[in-house]
Amino acid sequence: MNHAAFVFTTYGVTFGVIIGLVVYTVKQGRNLSRKVADKDKPWT
Amino acid sequence: MTTEQLKLKGVGTPATRVYGLMALVALGWVLLGGLIFTPEDAVQGDAVRIMYVHVPTAWVAYLAFIVTGVASACWMIGKKHSLGFDRVAGASAEVGVVFMGMTLLSGSLWGRITWGTFWVWDPRLTTTAFMFVTYIGYLAVRGLGGTAQQRARRSSVIALLAVLEIPLVHFSVVMWRSLHQRATVLSPDGDIKMDGLMLFTLLFGVFGFSVLFAWLVSHRQRIMAMQDAQQTSALDVAVSERLNEARA
Repeated sequence: MNHAAFVFTTYGVTFGVIIGLVVYTVKQGRNLSRKVADKDKPWT
Repeated sequence: MTTEQLKLKGVGTPATRVYGLMALVALGWVLLGGLIFTPEDAVQGDAVRIMYVHVPTAWVAYLAFIVTGVASACWMIGKKHSLGFDRVAGASAEVGVVFMGMTLLSGSLWGRITWGTFWVWDPRLTTTAFMFVTYIGYLAVRGLGGTAQQRARRSSVIALLAVLEIPLVHFSVVMWRSLHQRATVLSPDGDIKMDGLMLFTLLFGVFGFSVLFAWLVSHRQRIMAMQDAQQTSALDVAVSERLNEARA
């Protein structure tokens, strides 16, 4: 593959950021969910 | 299901799990199809593989900022000024800024290969960078403090002004002389000059990233709802403490 460094950097950063954002969102949601009363979580 | 199990669920629901899974499948294909199965371009060679993430991330950024604008308008127009709209606007802008950052980075790397430079003050790049900074400012304004309604009022005004940048960015390649190529798939003549598997991977990527956007916004607006609830209860506690102090 030509320009492999550029291509793999693009994919690595894109998917790395996505995975990071998803993990951060799930963790933040679980942490807050323990602290907030059920009446403030209408989706549960 | 016990209360403890519900608490551990966080902000997920059966519906978000379904489209989370859909996004996972679509993004898995983008990774495999983009890097392995699709052919290289006749002119650009393997550099074209950057397109399979660059275009969908740009699309999601546009979509996110449009959703921010629409949700802000709904908050402003609605008689109840529902904070649900404001939270969707804020969550969507957060996701949009992340995806716009990824678009600028992937575009910069692609530009280094095709144009020989990471950055040039070209109309498309400049307007995109301007829009990126505008929405960082929008998020900064959301974090200024005050009540949730105050936050919604000031940020909705900025969102409705900022959304006007989207046509400017999109049509910058038509209005001015630009290094950036014009639209390939959304070309006005409707003639798409692209290999079938390449086009499928690109469109499936757009679909997958859009579903991921929906998943992220659903979760992040629920996180904001819990943060607002925490802030309100902390304020209630502080007010009752001051009242008790005054009575004592």
